[in-house]
Amino acid sequence: MKYLPLIWAGLWRKRVRTVLTMLSVIVAFVLFGVMHGVTAGIDQMVNQMSNSRLRIQSRVNITEALPLAHRARIESVPGVLGVGYYNFLGTYYQEPRNQVSTGAMDIGGLRTMFPEIELSQEAVDAMAQTRDGALIGHDLAEARGWKIGDRIPLKSSVWMRKDGAPDWTFEIVGVYGSARGKVPTNELWINYGYFDEERTFGNGTVTLYFVRINEPARSGEIAEQIDGLFANSANETQTMNERDWLRGRVAQIGNMAFFVNAIIGAVMFTLLFLTGNTMMQSVRERIPELAVLKTYGFSSGAIVSLVLGEAFLLCGAAAGIGLGIARLASPSIFRAIGAGGLALPWNVIATGLGVAAVVALISAVPPAWRAQRISIVDALAGR
Amino acid sequence: MTALVSIKQVYKSYVRGKQRVEVLHGLDLNVEKGEFLALMGPSGSGKSTLLNLIGGLDRPDRGEISVAGQRIDSLSSGQLAKWRARHVGFVFQFYNLLPVLTAERNVEVPLLLTKLSSRERKRNVQAALELVGLADRAKHKPSELSGGQQQRVAIARALVADPTLLVCDEPTGDLDRETSDSVLQLLELLNREQGKTIVMVTHDPRAAGHASRRLYVDKGSLADASLGAAA
Repeated sequence: MKYLPLIWAGLWRKRVRTVLTMLSVIVAFVLFGVMHGVTAGIDQMVNQMSNSRLRIQSRVNITEALPLAHRARIESVPGVLGVGYYNFLGTYYQEPRNQVSTGAMDIGGLRTMFPEIELSQEAVDAMAQTRDGALIGHDLAEARGWKIGDRIPLKSSVWMRKDGAPDWTFEIVGVYGSARGKVPTNELWINYGYFDEERTFGNGTVTLYFVRINEPARSGEIAEQIDGLFANSANETQTMNERDWLRGRVAQIGNMAFFVNAIIGAVMFTLLFLTGNTMMQSVRERIPELAVLKTYGFSSGAIVSLVLGEAFLLCGAAAGIGLGIARLASPSIFRAIGAGGLALPWNVIATGLGVAAVVALISAVPPAWRAQRISIVDALAGR
Repeated sequence: MTALVSIKQVYKSYVRGKQRVEVLHGLDLNVEKGEFLALMGPSGSGKSTLLNLIGGLDRPDRGEISVAGQRIDSLSSGQLAKWRARHVGFVFQFYNLLPVLTAERNVEVPLLLTKLSSRERKRNVQAALELVGLADRAKHKPSELSGGQQQRVAIARALVADPTLLVCDEPTGDLDRETSDSVLQLLELLNREQGKTIVMVTHDPRAAGHASRRLYVDKGSLADASLGAAA
């Protein structure tokens, strides 16, 4: 600690250079935090997905509807505790670019099917009493400034009402939440019964079924049984537990970890040259000063410690700021990828600080080696 | 008086390019405790090399150097660094203060290697700055001080750890006459009042006049300054 003023003073010898180097390190570690944060966030999302709930969609594709009549047959499969259903509505608010993710569902069974949803019984009752009622997630309410009692006019580019109009107006009767991103809270949910009665086509069909099962370990077996019920029919199903489904979706994007590591690796490699050059210049300019320190009895080890300390302070402080910014920005980023409520995990921050230490060490070794080899007599004579 | 510095049959040469230049050949010298010795001589005569050997900044090729009874010619680099920290204070021609540190932080540098607490270091720094008459400039950086003031700070730095020996390489070489006089009077005062042993290299006969003994270094050998001046 008593060397800190020396290290600090050395660091700020050339203010502009130090500030520019720090800014570069900060930007690099914001990128590190955000990119690793996204992959860590996705991992968290996958792990938080339930493996005691199955997701059923048409074997053809997600847009192909399934008959509501499937429900009773699914309920008959041993191990099934309950069945919920869901129909996507492609809607927007005022302009097509203001998309609102909307789903029609059986609100009455919602809390049984999705116990991780935070929703009051009053809101469920209000939905039962209000045919055109709607529940909105916390994030959606915050983003749009909507509140209970508001009537929200939405348009659908797919679903027309019986009068031929694309307009759907819903009254907000409740707001739902979810702990730490377990369920996206950026959606608007309406009564399936109302929607099904009002739409002009596709009546009696749904996009998805959700199935609660009693034994997560048997999820594969139960999924096979359900798909077996509808094999070779006009409406074949594809069933898997939610966790496997999300993992599959993520895998479709590509090997995220590889992309992130490749990009961050390139950034850190470039950063090494920058910080290495800064440290090299800094030491080169201070050869006579370091020689004076050696004159007064600073050992080669102490000189190496000063150079290393300077590099660690430079990289550590800048990386800390960069990772701090990434942590502050992460809730918005996670919300954007549908994982609202998550924060940049501490292990990503710890890894980032570890990487910063490695960058500091590698960039400081050559100048430190040079500094400890200074010949006092030659350096003081300007040779 | 007893010999604080004892140099016996010291040889030192340097390699410059492809040539080996012998700077000191078989030099003998004793510096008594409490003495103020001035080493004079032309450029390249070997006086700075001799000073570097006395201060433990360099090691001889052959010969013995003892300071306060301890052989320093056979110490390793690490041992020599520790020895310098305990026994020698250095004053340079161009002050060699660290430009980013304040006067008090510069003076504190040698104390960072001691086990003194922060409070004790501050007290010693304050005392050293008071001794050189710059207590009111403690918070100033070298760029905010005149040449004479910077050299006084450098002297405070050399004194702060209470070294056995003060080694000064052209301490007035970069100062005007008036400022030189005040710096030399300070060194004289330290020698007389504090009993500090001082070895000073200088080109300036006026500066050498402040010393209690003057020696002339020429072609790696020593002679009495009066002989050197006559030569």
